[in-house]
Amino acid sequence: MTASAQAPIQKVKSTKSDEVAIQMIGMHKWYGEFHVLKDINLTVYRGERIVICGPSGSGKSTMIRCINRLEEHQKGSIVVEGVELSNNVKNIDAIRREVGMVFQHFNLFPHLTVLENCTLAPIWVKKMPKKDAEEVAMKYLTRVRIPEQAAKYPGQLSGGQQQRVAIARSLCMNPKIMLFDEPTSALDPEMIKEVLDTMVLLAEEGMTMLVVTHEMGFARTVANRIIFMDRGEIVEQNEPSEFFKNPKSERTRLFLSQILHH
Amino acid sequence: MTTAVETGNKADLPPPASTVGVVGWMRENLFSSWRSTVLTLLAVYLLYVAIPPLLQWTVFDAIWTGNEAKDCKLPDGSAKDGACWIFIKAWIGGFMYGLYPYDLRWRVDVAAVLVLLMFAPLAVKRLPFKNIYGVAVILLYPVVAYFMFRGFIDFPLSDPQSTTHPWRVVETSKWGGLALTLLIASVGIIASLPLGILLALGRRSHMPIVSTFSVLFIELWRGVPLITVLFMSSVMLPLFLPEGVNFDKLLRALIGVTLFSSAYMAEVVRGGLQAIPKGQYEAAMALGLNFVRMMALIVMPQALRYVIPSIVNTFIGLFKDTTLVAIIGMFDLLGAIQLGNADPKWLGFGMEGYVFAAALYFVFCFSMSRYSQHLERKLHTGHKKR
Ligand SMILES: Nc1ncnc2c1ncn2[C@@H]1O[C@H](COP(=O)(O)OP(=O)(O)OP(=O)(O)O)[C@@H](O)[C@H]1O
Ligand SMILES: [Mg+2]
Repeated sequence: MTASAQAPIQKVKSTKSDEVAIQMIGMHKWYGEFHVLKDINLTVYRGERIVICGPSGSGKSTMIRCINRLEEHQKGSIVVEGVELSNNVKNIDAIRREVGMVFQHFNLFPHLTVLENCTLAPIWVKKMPKKDAEEVAMKYLTRVRIPEQAAKYPGQLSGGQQQRVAIARSLCMNPKIMLFDEPTSALDPEMIKEVLDTMVLLAEEGMTMLVVTHEMGFARTVANRIIFMDRGEIVEQNEPSEFFKNPKSERTRLFLSQILHH
Repeated sequence: MTTAVETGNKADLPPPASTVGVVGWMRENLFSSWRSTVLTLLAVYLLYVAIPPLLQWTVFDAIWTGNEAKDCKLPDGSAKDGACWIFIKAWIGGFMYGLYPYDLRWRVDVAAVLVLLMFAPLAVKRLPFKNIYGVAVILLYPVVAYFMFRGFIDFPLSDPQSTTHPWRVVETSKWGGLALTLLIASVGIIASLPLGILLALGRRSHMPIVSTFSVLFIELWRGVPLITVLFMSSVMLPLFLPEGVNFDKLLRALIGVTLFSSAYMAEVVRGGLQAIPKGQYEAAMALGLNFVRMMALIVMPQALRYVIPSIVNTFIGLFKDTTLVAIIGMFDLLGAIQLGNADPKWLGFGMEGYVFAAALYFVFCFSMSRYSQHLERKLHTGHKKR
């Protein structure tokens, strides 16, 4: 169950402003009349690993999807790697180039081989020559330990392998930030570990990561900071040991008791 | 752990005889219950009633040799029992080329050979620059075919070369037979797919003008029978055009057929688009693909794959619907056969003509159907739908 991060991870927290990867100020979002995100203020520093948890429907997915404009926020500002997220397509493209995303259901392209899944964006978005793109792809497929599956189609892989391909596919774009939306919750228990191991590897390399997950073992060992959301608000944030030992709010305590005791 | 059965010691036995081979197959598929036994016997009886007379007419009693109608007739002038295939033999040129001048039919043949030669390299698996070549051929071939059919030297009527020159112009009204059928069908098929894709995308567009236009266009064309479209294009359209503006009847029919089938194609493609999960769009966007690339590289290839059977279904329908141009006075395959049936020398052999037409249509439609199955198998990548 627990993440297998044996190696201690250096937990840095810089406050220099040029070290800021993502900054959200007074961010709000509505779905029609429904106020999903309420006054989100969050600063993520480079190299930080943030785990976001909270009850179902609390807006975790919506929040991280706002970062690369899969969802549009209506109020407040989001700045990613110095670029303000606005309706300007150039800005959105620039941000998407820096931000990789891994989804709960992998969302691999089923009509392309594993290798083609990985080379597609480098070739078409970064205009990388095919040979180079394939080299990069093989490097990352090796890193997630499935280089031998490169010629297969996603439908021929197990869930855990597919998710690792999805991670490799994002990494091929060489992003500065990685977003994970419940990357292990569609997986069978025995496959969760292989995906978490891959994420730990990434964390050790200093990748800035925002991870929505219920894997508290992973949160405890890998995160610099845990954010608890409920009903569209950030209720509490703290470093893992404090977060688990002395949750400040009643809602956090309730959530932790539900998630840790079953 | 303790009571595990050791495996690998028992030899593989062949399955019991009653489940394999011809007997096994028949037992399973034809005589599995008294009901299927009755149905099997009934089917056998029906085949026994239908097949022998059919073979008798088409093969055994048929007249294969000879050159004239009288070879198919009894001395008293009534037709013999079997099919008179020499009628087809005598008229084959008309059926293939319609009213196209005799001495220029080689141009149509060259166009037909060229289509094979130009598209054959695409069957090579690892052809370098295959995509570029494919696009080039698809764009280039119609031009080549057009000039082969039409010719390019337009002599005035007074010039004697206007009836003899090998490259003289042949008016589209002279084009006909199977050549015309294939021409209309392939133009319709090749043009309606991209148009249908655009219309399907338009219908799903968030821009109200675009989506309203697409919906109106699709519903309008789907709401009218093709025969009406063809009549409108051949009879009514000229009334609305200013005096002296006269564009070709065949061109009008082609546009009519193409727009008509693109409306159907649009709905087929839209069905495919609906089968694509939202996650595919999101993954493509998250990777930074823009709208055009997302559609061209991720969404459309999958959507079209899902609807290959329906696309081919529409193509087959279109192929057969081209016969309707016979009604506006063009001599496509069916029109040419009717022309042959009306030939005073060969009166009374209409049946043979229609059987021949049916056989040809079947060959083309069945080939399309088989090709679609082949394509489906080839493109299957073992993915489950999510
Ligand atoms: N497209 C949408 N339209 C309207 N409401 C939506 C839409 N997407 C999400 N919501 C609502 O917004 C709220 C937040 O959804 P979100 O997916 O962010 O929750 P979550 O915290 O990720 O939950 P889970 O743990 O179940 O994934 C939910 O109440 C959901 O019903
Ligand atoms: Mg979610």
